[in-house]
Amino acid sequence: MDWITFAEFSLIGLFSGGLLALVALGFVLIYKGTRVINFAMGEFMMLGAYLVYTGHSWLKMPLWLSMVFGLAGISCVAVLVERFVLRPLAGQPVVSVLMVTIGLGAFLHGTVDAIWGGQNLEMPQLLSRKPFIWGDVMLPGAVFWSFWVALAVIAGLSLYFRYSRTGIAMRAAASDPITAYALGIDVRRTQQLTWVFAGCVGAVAGTIVASISSLSPALSGTALGVLAVVILGGLDSVAGAIIAGLLVGWLESIAVGYFGGKARDLVPYVVVLAILMVRPYGLLGTRDIERL
Amino acid sequence: MRIGDFRASYAHDESLLITRVQRSWMIGFVGLLLIFPWVGGSYFTYLACLTGIHVIAAMGLNIVTGFAGQISLGHAAFMGVGCYTVAWLDKWGVPFYITIPLGGVVSALIGMLVGIPSLRIKGLYLAVATLAAQFILMFVFREWDSVTGGVRGVNIAPAQLWGWVINTDKDIYYLIMLCAGMLLLGARNLLRTHVGRSFIAIRDKDISAEVLGIDLFRGKLMAFALGSFYAGVAGGLMGYFYRAITPEHFTFTLSIFYLAAIIVGGLGTVLGTILGAAFMTLVPEVLRSVVTLLTLWAPNAMELLSPMREMVFGALIIAFLIFEPHGLVEMWRRARRFFHLWPFKT
Repeated sequence: MDWITFAEFSLIGLFSGGLLALVALGFVLIYKGTRVINFAMGEFMMLGAYLVYTGHSWLKMPLWLSMVFGLAGISCVAVLVERFVLRPLAGQPVVSVLMVTIGLGAFLHGTVDAIWGGQNLEMPQLLSRKPFIWGDVMLPGAVFWSFWVALAVIAGLSLYFRYSRTGIAMRAAASDPITAYALGIDVRRTQQLTWVFAGCVGAVAGTIVASISSLSPALSGTALGVLAVVILGGLDSVAGAIIAGLLVGWLESIAVGYFGGKARDLVPYVVVLAILMVRPYGLLGTRDIERL
Repeated sequence: MRIGDFRASYAHDESLLITRVQRSWMIGFVGLLLIFPWVGGSYFTYLACLTGIHVIAAMGLNIVTGFAGQISLGHAAFMGVGCYTVAWLDKWGVPFYITIPLGGVVSALIGMLVGIPSLRIKGLYLAVATLAAQFILMFVFREWDSVTGGVRGVNIAPAQLWGWVINTDKDIYYLIMLCAGMLLLGARNLLRTHVGRSFIAIRDKDISAEVLGIDLFRGKLMAFALGSFYAGVAGGLMGYFYRAITPEHFTFTLSIFYLAAIIVGGLGTVLGTILGAAFMTLVPEVLRSVVTLLTLWAPNAMELLSPMREMVFGALIIAFLIFEPHGLVEMWRRARRFFHLWPFKT
């Protein structure tokens, strides 16, 4: 592989890493806020994309309104899920909470399949497909723009958590729920909000993924590979998710360049195992200290 | 009402079935299992075989997750390892009574390998590690053509015993039930040995267990090895049962299925494993008959079958976790208690 191809694969990888980071952010938000790994993240992405599709193609809304429709819909779902599925299981063993998100995923997957059917649907085009050319290197337009959208969403959320009152309350509730509750923060509401944010992040990511390829229930499978990003970055670190997203995106792309398309399925999981053996809390995650 | 429950000797106190009523129920149940293929018809025999295989595999997962508390999302892949081992040995004409245990042993070795991360990580992190193992093993199944036949899969010749070819469901039914019976008895007894008790100690608090002198390294690896052994045997039986195996038999969905089965049945109990695996195997079949019935009124209801299966599957997991976290076995116990207290408590 000469250096131009290498540079091209690297750039494609880095830019598609933005989307990985966005999905990873969805996982991290929920883990930070409620100590749950949401295995239904893929279904949230898929559902969000289907709602946007419904708004645009069935209800004939303009694109921006159908985006709003999708986000509003996914927020309602997230609130219901938090209230009726996750909250009753607070304080239950890890395996129960894990399984309930998996069960939720299966339920949502089945529901989407029942309503919209299993066939491929054509999403409205969100991002310009015009390739972006930079010297000898060419980037697909959708990949290029998806990176910037992802970055904008991540930056917006980071600013929100840093400066807004609710954002600060959410961070406080995440780092120590009992103290936060004693100081007058409604922890149940912040946890609800966490799910809403994660759902919206997932919906945006899902819509972008669906508009790049196509929309089908198989979309939900993309989220499992992103667990590599989350573990590499550290389950509770937003900055880690971004760095790891770019890193894993680059690694996947390079692996595809050297070993062919099949490598894409394998790379994330090899990364996961390697990280877990060497540094289980990830690049920037907090190290758990266990007491008896 | 339970009367005459006197335990006069230690042997009696230690026996698995204490009262004469329990023993006669068990004899009746075994008798029913023996004659089942002759009275049940081919469809129900097929279902019984499938249930038997699922019970064995779910028992393995219950040893890892229910007894020892190590979450595994890669159980189906261990089944695959056992199944492909059997398929590969079968090509050399090795008889089934050697291939099936060997499939279990190979699977146990791979399971121990996957279990190594459990020494450093636990809970959700371990779940993700086993998930990674599931996908990596799936990749191996798809790509290692010379052994697994790639995506096209492999064929397995029917099992033979002294010239008796085990190729109908009715014949293989007895093989599956024999294996299931032995393995379940093994699991039931495992709980009463120091190994099983150390698993439970590790599940409840691993650091405390280590302080009390339990070797965590040995305990956790042993749990993975035993659980994978069960999975390997189940995989081997599945190979002889389906006789044509592709990687699609051992997907992540199947791993989830087993976790769902032990949660619905009851974590950490043998009876719960049986109930849960049987329940989860039969629910889709019941659903299919319901939908078939619905086609009388709505001709295209069949299209909704596969999404409905998924919805029911998900809803069952959620409902059991929220409303009956101890699973079907708790309902069973409640029913038993009712009969024990019967005329006194109404």
